[in-house]
Amino acid sequence: MLSIKNLRASVEGKEILKGINLEVKAGEVHAIMGPNGSGKSTLANILAGKQDYEILEGEVTYLGQDLLQLSPEVRSRSGIFLSFQYPVEIPGVPMINFLKASVNEHRKFKGLAPLTAGEFLKLMRAKKEMLHLDTELTNRSVNEGFSGGEKKKNEIFQMAMLEPKLAILDETDSGLDIDALRIVAEGVNALKTPDNATILVTHYQRLLDYIVPDFVHVLYNGRIVKSGGKELAFELEEKGYDWLKNGNEI
Amino acid sequence: MSIISEKAAGTDQMVTLFEQNKEILIQGSSPILNRMREVSIKRFAQAGIPDFKNEDYKYTNLKPAFEKSYRQELVREAGLINLNEVFKSNIPELDAHLVFLVNGWFYKGNNPGAELPKGVVLGSLDQIANEHPELLLNFLNRQAGLSVDPLVALNTALTKDGFFLFIPKGVIIEKPVQIINLLSSEVDLMATQRNLIIAEDDTQVKIVVCDHSLSPITFLYNSVSEIYIGNDAVLDMYSIQNLHNQSTVVNSLFFKQQRNSSLTTGVISLHGGLIRNNLKVTFNGDHSEANINGMSFTDKKQHVDNFTVIEHSSPNCLSNQIYKNILDDESTGAFAGRIHVARDAQQTNAFQRNNNVLLSDNARMQTKPQLIIDADDVKCSHGATVGQIDEDALFFLRARGIGENEARMMLMNAFAHEVILKITIEQLRERIDELIEKRLSGEISRFHEQLFI
Repeated sequence: MLSIKNLRASVEGKEILKGINLEVKAGEVHAIMGPNGSGKSTLANILAGKQDYEILEGEVTYLGQDLLQLSPEVRSRSGIFLSFQYPVEIPGVPMINFLKASVNEHRKFKGLAPLTAGEFLKLMRAKKEMLHLDTELTNRSVNEGFSGGEKKKNEIFQMAMLEPKLAILDETDSGLDIDALRIVAEGVNALKTPDNATILVTHYQRLLDYIVPDFVHVLYNGRIVKSGGKELAFELEEKGYDWLKNGNEI
Repeated sequence: MSIISEKAAGTDQMVTLFEQNKEILIQGSSPILNRMREVSIKRFAQAGIPDFKNEDYKYTNLKPAFEKSYRQELVREAGLINLNEVFKSNIPELDAHLVFLVNGWFYKGNNPGAELPKGVVLGSLDQIANEHPELLLNFLNRQAGLSVDPLVALNTALTKDGFFLFIPKGVIIEKPVQIINLLSSEVDLMATQRNLIIAEDDTQVKIVVCDHSLSPITFLYNSVSEIYIGNDAVLDMYSIQNLHNQSTVVNSLFFKQQRNSSLTTGVISLHGGLIRNNLKVTFNGDHSEANINGMSFTDKKQHVDNFTVIEHSSPNCLSNQIYKNILDDESTGAFAGRIHVARDAQQTNAFQRNNNVLLSDNARMQTKPQLIIDADDVKCSHGATVGQIDEDALFFLRARGIGENEARMMLMNAFAHEVILKITIEQLRERIDELIEKRLSGEISRFHEQLFI
């Protein structure tokens, strides 16, 4: 589904990613872990199409297409979903208008007719029930005045509405209390199918108690320095990232 | 009959125009209009047409607009307007008491009286000043006459007509009153219009004023309105300015509020070559409230200048101003807001905010708050921002599949939304949302440009 080969990228002249290689297949859950500043969020943002980065080298193929050539909106419509580390507050844009525009753009891309107001509300209700969300979030402007937990729940709700093929969750667990974390994790698990894939970007092992990855990659200083199964996460938790920093054994 | 001035450029030419046409100006007009003319033209002549040297016009030079020859419609012309055509011109269609004015003159075909509550007068200022001068006597030019603005003085000297609205004590007008000001002429035209609104104690009214240019010529439109709001009265007044790029508009609104009254305004400058809005509120009684809002959209070489003065002359009043501008291309904007809290106006709350979005590197915005506070127990604040579209928000929307142009539109709409939400007439709010969409998508500009083809 996704293939990253020797990806190097810089921001403001500083090289952040120094040669990333990653293969993600349908049905898989990959966790990318690493200390602050290792390049995790940069990788997530580049995949979603944020233009603040300069690609120095390498290629990214998504479903046979050159991903880096696509605009953020086309990536989204093609099934890539980034759950933002810091979801943006947009006062004055009602959540419901935003979601409707988003869902209908996705439908248009697939050659489907836009949803009627009634169909849209029905879809929203179904997804809310599935995620056990209260109804309040959709009556407000996008993320405006939402707590950290509400913002993250709102991201998962958008994900449920858009049913992406490849979901990239950037630090979705940060700033969540244990109840919110459970709701978010259950949502991600409920949306998982054999046809889609998930990349979890996280600093802590905590989220992986709820969403079990098939692969764990350790990103350090712009490179994936270690890959393994879910047990790698426990090892990291036990030994800390210092183990890598000092660790020559990679 | 119309008068073409030989060379109506500049201050002297305006004075000459006045002198040469004095007979026509006076003829048929009420003495209460005529008695103000001589003194006003003198005041105008002394001050002259304002440019950057006039502190109150620091950001707007009106001189170029006066360097042209204009037809003046000093006598009512029996023109006919096609109402169906008019509503195609992006004028919001409302369920309202509707009247038209053409080139400053109250249209003879209007028939607003039938449905209005008993005692309400809505008609031609010229006609009512002649027939019932007692209604206007204590109000006409009482506020405008104190103004130092030369354009207000010029208006008082040249004015022949406008609309007059009188709401007697205790009357509530349920439906909005919609006033549509049309500019229509074969040759370049200077229109002068004078309006007066008297809302007595315990009245309620919502007024929508729409300014529109209909012909592909240069317009210079100088309008002055005085509005009196009685004790416990509630008055909402919205202006929608939608004129083509060869229009210069100077629109002066003077509000005077008595005790425990409430005012809400919204000036939506959708389109126009040069627009200068003067707005003054005087609190003449305690426990009153004024919510004053403005939203403007400019592109190409357009210019919009909002100049507000809030006179807190009485204690325990609240004024709250929000002005916003979205500026593209090489357009320019200005906001200057003066708040004066008099010595005895304790417990005043006065707030002012001006937020601006520049869509291009060449757009310019000038913003200038001015607080003069002579009382000691007051809460006043002001703030101004000039920025660009929020790139993070733009990326967020695009990352959800919304195309770049549509995402930009959403964000601009959202920016304007705060002001639009203040509009208390639901059907108008919806119409304005549509008009803003049309404005931002370029449809309104194209409509105006078509006139010139």
